[in-house]
Amino acid sequence: MRLFANTAALLGKELQTEFRSRELLTTTIVFVLIVIVLFSFTFDPSVSESRRFGPGLLWLAFLFSASLMIQPSFLKERTNDTLSALRLSVGDPFAIFLAKLLANACMLLLTQLLLLPIFAVLYNVRVFPVFPQLMLVFLLGSTGVAVTGTALSAISAQARMRELLLPLLLLPLLVPILIASTEATAALLDEKPALRWDWLGILVAFDVVFLTALWLFGEYLLEE
Amino acid sequence: MIAKTGVYTFLVCVLMSVTAYASFYVAPTESTMGLVQRIFYLHAPSGMVSLMAFLVSCIGSVAYIFTRKAKWDWLAVSSAEVGVAFCTVVLLTGPIWAHPAWGVWWAWDARLTSTLVLWLLYVAYLILRTMMEDADRRALVSAFFGVFTFLDVPLVYGSIWWWRTQHPQPVVFTSAGLDPTMRKVFYLSWLSLTCLMALLVRQRYELESSREELRTLEQELEAN
Amino acid sequence: MPRNARAPSKFCETWCEADAVSARIGRPAGLKFTKIEKRFASLYALRRLDLEIAPGECVALTGRNGSGKTTLLRVASQLTRPTRGELAFPGLKEGEAPAIGYVSHAIMLYEELTAEENLQLFARLLGIAEPRRRATQSLEATNLSARATSLVRTFSRGMKQRLAIARALLSDPGVLLLDEAGTGLDTESMAWLANRIRALRDEGRTIVMSVHGESALSQLATRAARLDAGTLVADTRAGATFQSVFAAGEA
Repeated sequence: MRLFANTAALLGKELQTEFRSRELLTTTIVFVLIVIVLFSFTFDPSVSESRRFGPGLLWLAFLFSASLMIQPSFLKERTNDTLSALRLSVGDPFAIFLAKLLANACMLLLTQLLLLPIFAVLYNVRVFPVFPQLMLVFLLGSTGVAVTGTALSAISAQARMRELLLPLLLLPLLVPILIASTEATAALLDEKPALRWDWLGILVAFDVVFLTALWLFGEYLLEE
Repeated sequence: MIAKTGVYTFLVCVLMSVTAYASFYVAPTESTMGLVQRIFYLHAPSGMVSLMAFLVSCIGSVAYIFTRKAKWDWLAVSSAEVGVAFCTVVLLTGPIWAHPAWGVWWAWDARLTSTLVLWLLYVAYLILRTMMEDADRRALVSAFFGVFTFLDVPLVYGSIWWWRTQHPQPVVFTSAGLDPTMRKVFYLSWLSLTCLMALLVRQRYELESSREELRTLEQELEAN
Repeated sequence: MPRNARAPSKFCETWCEADAVSARIGRPAGLKFTKIEKRFASLYALRRLDLEIAPGECVALTGRNGSGKTTLLRVASQLTRPTRGELAFPGLKEGEAPAIGYVSHAIMLYEELTAEENLQLFARLLGIAEPRRRATQSLEATNLSARATSLVRTFSRGMKQRLAIARALLSDPGVLLLDEAGTGLDTESMAWLANRIRALRDEGRTIVMSVHGESALSQLATRAARLDAGTLVADTRAGATFQSVFAAGEA
């Protein structure tokens, strides 16, 4: 069906562009690493403290970096007015959002994947036994961040002070994601790892609600 | 019209005075906290009224998206501002109540924390509006963000409440076990604050409508 | 494509649509602007503008900077939604959407992709069967085959414009909108562009081009109209001469 075909074509272009230059990915990974290291100086990094604070700091680092990394999503479509070209070519404008949010979610997931071993080492946590479950939490959390972040990228591209505006708008919205993801991650990294379906439920609810809202109302963001 | 507003304002003043009197002289003194507990009659209803204001703002946002009539945008921004004002009251009365009663300024309990996040969300909404000059773009974009924000409210409340349930702490700000007279005063206060909210929203709406009229006149003048 | 603001039909839009490409019509359509108004921030770019363009006409739109030409073309392409007023496409049945080609001053292409990647992407998005073949054909038609695998970033202004035209023509549009497409082109590219537009005009497509004054492009027009401060002030259809439409004020 045309929506999925359009989304696939655009997603391909987004990923192809990013992997050609790899600027965004490398910068984001390094930024998250810096934030994690900096956070480490704010508490006594013994094993028990690390276990308590680690997951929260990890997710905070992800959220901060996401709010910077997702910024160019729609902003770069302003050079050469490619956004107009897309609007004229696609059937459903939602395809544009879907492709960008999937690309952003991929980037976030990749960042998390690459940082997980480093995090495991720095904070002395065992991630390997619960790796698939961790990936599930990361997937659901990243989707929520990507959905809201992409929508807000379209908003901030039209406003002044956009570099500061996007985090300002995004971070309060993501409070449920932060809480649920941190709790779920902490439960998995605990001495007795457990997969918390209640927290995953909140993540799923968040993703569904905002994806639907974006589907219903997103095209109005692209209007002139 | 002015006469009607005047009469309504007078009624609201009367209602507020009666409520104030009732809070201090009619409601019985609470056994453990004493005099300071009376701030509850301002604190709790303000929270509910701010939620009502945000709901009205969301309705305005949705209505604007579908009808594109400026008056819905005026309603949305007016209600949002009044909602933030009442939210601020909650956040100020919270510490005023907590410190004499329990010795802490802030307790991170579910309701107060959620109110704080709500305050941040709608302040972000208001800041977004200041970052856009074009009235039509601003109305549409902030309508979208207004809907997003309101959809987040149940998720914020839910996730914070569940978070506090998982990590229980000494209960503060309880309004459980209300004496019948206290309950009546509580409802009276809720009623009078709701009437106040309606009045403030109305005044702010009129202000916005006048600003628009002025701007249209200025444009006509410039055109000729 | 016409979009309405009613969300309830959204579900059906996404799941019920048939092949959307066939719903776009490649045959020429007219453009009818009725009392179009467009407000930006504190100024009116278009004021109660009435203009009717018949299918197959080739119109040159002129006027000073800020007269509303770009806004009018963006409204015509349905990229910009008018504050008030209606746009209709006479010559089409109710509910049919015209295939529109739009070339603006911005190239509307991805500089970090190659020429053929750009065209393949847009061909795929338009739902064209065999997008690669169409992209190759477009590149041949615009004399860009030699640079098919070069990044658009490396192109000269003239080549970028040619590629932009190729992109606009991918959907085989019945209506072609050109916003100062000749600006910044050297004589050779300009001559190429004029030839191309002549051919398209002779194929019967509806063409509206905004120009800055008399040029190789304006000479192809069958009709000229002048905008000033968002309103139509002169029109050869209303009896004015081509010279008078172009002569008033600076180019």
